[in-house]
Amino acid sequence: MSAEHNDTPVAQPESFAFTAENLEKARYHIAKYPPGRQASAVLPLLDLAQRQHDNWLPRAAMDTVADILEMPRIRVYEVATFYSMFNLRPVGKYFLQLCTTTPCWLRGSDAVVETCKHKLGIDIGEITPDGKFSMMEVECLGACVNAPVIQVNDDFYEDLDAASTEALLDALANDRPPPMGPAVKRQNAAPISGRTTLLSDPTQRQPAGTAPAGDPNAA
Amino acid sequence: MPKLTIDGIEVEVPPGTTVLQACQRAGVEVPHFCYHERLQIAGNCRMCLVEQEKAPKPIASCAMPAADNMVIHTDSEKAKKARKGVMEFLLINHPLDCPICDQGGECDLQDQAMAYGFDRGRFEENKRAVKDKDFGPLVKTSMNRCIHCTRCVRFATEIAGVEELGATGRGESMEIGTYVQKALTSELSGNIIDLCPVGALTSKPYAFVARPWELRKTESVDALDAVGSSIRVDARGAAVLRILPRLNEDVNEEWISDKTRFAVDGLGHRRLDRPYVRVGGKLAPASWGDAFNAIAEGFGKLPGGKIAALAGDLVDVEAMLALKELMLSLGSANIDCRQDGAKLDPASRASYLFNTTIAGIEEADVCLLIGTDPRWEAPLVNARLRKRYLRGGFKIAAIGPTLDLTFPVVQLGLGPEVLDDLAGANHSWGDVLKGAKKPMLILGMGALARADGAQILAAARRLAESTGMVRDDWNGFNVLHTAAARVGGLDIGFVPGPGGRDRDAILAGCESGEIGAVYLLGADEIDMSRLGRAFVVYQGHHGDAGAKRADVVLPGAAYTEKDGLYVNTEGRVQAARRAGFPPGEAREDWAILRALSDVLGHKLPYDSLRELRQRLMSAYPSFAEIDGIVAASWGAFGVEGAMEPVPFIYPIADFYLTDPISRASPTMAQCSAVYWAARNTPAKTGTNG
Repeated sequence: MSAEHNDTPVAQPESFAFTAENLEKARYHIAKYPPGRQASAVLPLLDLAQRQHDNWLPRAAMDTVADILEMPRIRVYEVATFYSMFNLRPVGKYFLQLCTTTPCWLRGSDAVVETCKHKLGIDIGEITPDGKFSMMEVECLGACVNAPVIQVNDDFYEDLDAASTEALLDALANDRPPPMGPAVKRQNAAPISGRTTLLSDPTQRQPAGTAPAGDPNAA
Repeated sequence: MPKLTIDGIEVEVPPGTTVLQACQRAGVEVPHFCYHERLQIAGNCRMCLVEQEKAPKPIASCAMPAADNMVIHTDSEKAKKARKGVMEFLLINHPLDCPICDQGGECDLQDQAMAYGFDRGRFEENKRAVKDKDFGPLVKTSMNRCIHCTRCVRFATEIAGVEELGATGRGESMEIGTYVQKALTSELSGNIIDLCPVGALTSKPYAFVARPWELRKTESVDALDAVGSSIRVDARGAAVLRILPRLNEDVNEEWISDKTRFAVDGLGHRRLDRPYVRVGGKLAPASWGDAFNAIAEGFGKLPGGKIAALAGDLVDVEAMLALKELMLSLGSANIDCRQDGAKLDPASRASYLFNTTIAGIEEADVCLLIGTDPRWEAPLVNARLRKRYLRGGFKIAAIGPTLDLTFPVVQLGLGPEVLDDLAGANHSWGDVLKGAKKPMLILGMGALARADGAQILAAARRLAESTGMVRDDWNGFNVLHTAAARVGGLDIGFVPGPGGRDRDAILAGCESGEIGAVYLLGADEIDMSRLGRAFVVYQGHHGDAGAKRADVVLPGAAYTEKDGLYVNTEGRVQAARRAGFPPGEAREDWAILRALSDVLGHKLPYDSLRELRQRLMSAYPSFAEIDGIVAASWGAFGVEGAMEPVPFIYPIADFYLTDPISRASPTMAQCSAVYWAARNTPAKTGTNG
């Protein structure tokens, strides 16, 4: 679970400071909002902080964001605990978010999860001893067409099964992440059996008013 | 004005009214948990669902503005079913632990589940479990019971002004807490116990002490600060078990400070329950007769000019009047109720009152704080200032060391020299004051209880007059007292008579031997070492500094144990009522003085409290109207003269330990250990009280 309701029982760094480059980005986000409304920039700033800090948000980072935005710290904690995208404890170098919601589950996410657990020797919510991998079970990632899906850090790996998951993990273990996208031969989310629509050349359309029978828009 | 029909009753309500408020106006009860009229609307408990005709689904009445021609049904099948469903959801995760819950008997959820709920649960799965939080020594948590109404979060954010509480996580894992483990740093934190509609937040000191139906409830007023909050004293047998706020829009709305609420356990500790007489350097238990004889011996031989009396902070007006008349009959004019040495001017009533009134703060547009820390001296005045600040268009400045008052304050300087600058021509804030429609200033004891207090009082008067604070329709000159007895004492003239000595002169006289005997009526806040070799009588309820020094101790009654009048800082006369009898042989204070006067041969002319009050009201007409305020007329006061450019020092060093009752309270001692250390910055050390 991402939500922690007290000090997380992990070693928290004493302090956190944005790098000069990220501070510049933070100012860019803050400038989008009128003066006095800078708290609106809390989400992009937390994201910046998380990216700067090995993909997790220590409490010091949340406090820093609160101080920059001049908002009470508890309000930042509320936001950070609300969104599952913020990690409040350390995650692996490759942070696997395994989707097990209905479409992925129907398409075999159980096998994908089992492969990950077996291969990495860790359970959901755990991190490998070398700090390379950690796993989290997530709700729908919004890529149901390409189910089952794993999100590795920012990238989606789609149309997975046990074998392709194993290959993916091997590649990641060697620090050679494969290109993101479907693991099967398929263009993005296009039908796996080839195109079923837009088969004709749109410039050669029939004249207006002679819509083909059965077109619901005709009436 | 929208006109709508609620259960067949037609009501017309002001624009901006919600449907729930319109229902209340029509006399129709709508169950609710998260809605509270003094907090912002959250609309998250869904208990207030009602049916609106032509609406596709039930509406949350607390969040729906009333509109013209709405037809609302609160008792239709649809509304009942909706409520039943909401209640079933609320109870899914609510433990069935009412028998061991302190809220039992006064629980909104319990009552509403009985009235509007389903008669069984259909939830077979495990209830969720939530870790309890540690909110410090006052508020006990049982977070399994929380229904996430967020009243406590909104109270902390809006009214108390300490944004420390929040709702972390979401959905099933949402929890109320501080996230980072900490005690709530507010003087008003106890109010979230009253606000909590379930048993999630309960009183820690009162845990498992009593059930509400066992308690005898007495409506009274608080005496631990000069606000005079309306309270309800709950007692069982002789013991006062808890104190709750009572609604009083003019004073405390429906809040009370943590000291008012939790210092109550001090009433059961270190009590004086029998007279004592010092024999051979040690206080020995004595009978009332022996004690009176000892006083007669100590006082009797002295001429009036060699005896003196000081009244303390918790004393009722009747006792002060009785002591004043006794001292006068003994020929002494050496009396003073200003045991902190404040240079208050008793001649002009407007000079020592909070003339704007506490509710009047809401009309002001500029406020200047002079040597006062309202957050600790009067938390409810501070809450009112914050309420006014939140409405916008309110500028606040302060003279004195920097403070966190829960709202932004412009710091103008440290000492009284700023007053002259402000009255002068070229000060930006002087212009702000002059340009304001309803400016006000609050003068604290930090400014008056010092050697040049009378000069500061005069300078503040000049500033008030030159900036238009005093007009026929507005009086922005305010003195914020720290003691419940002070205004009453000034009103009845418990101050040096012609040729009499004030506090400083009394203490100096004790040191030099010119004063041979001192009567301390609950006066504990003076430097006892300065009493020299004087014969000291202490009449009071706690074994504090005064009793320790005294040669004769007379056990009196605390503010919950006697019928007594108190005048708050606004000049509002309020009646405290007896909730229980004083312990042991202790007696009501006026009665002790009446009995003593007989022994001293100057019998006071009243035999009952009624007669004493009649005398009080005929001599001082301002006491005729209980709970009301008699506006004071303006006049010249203060002493013109030079002021020392020395920074103000706030009178209260530790909010939790200010008087004999709170110093005897174990709960207040815990609070002091937790909070005082947290707030005690280097600029404010413990030696300045």
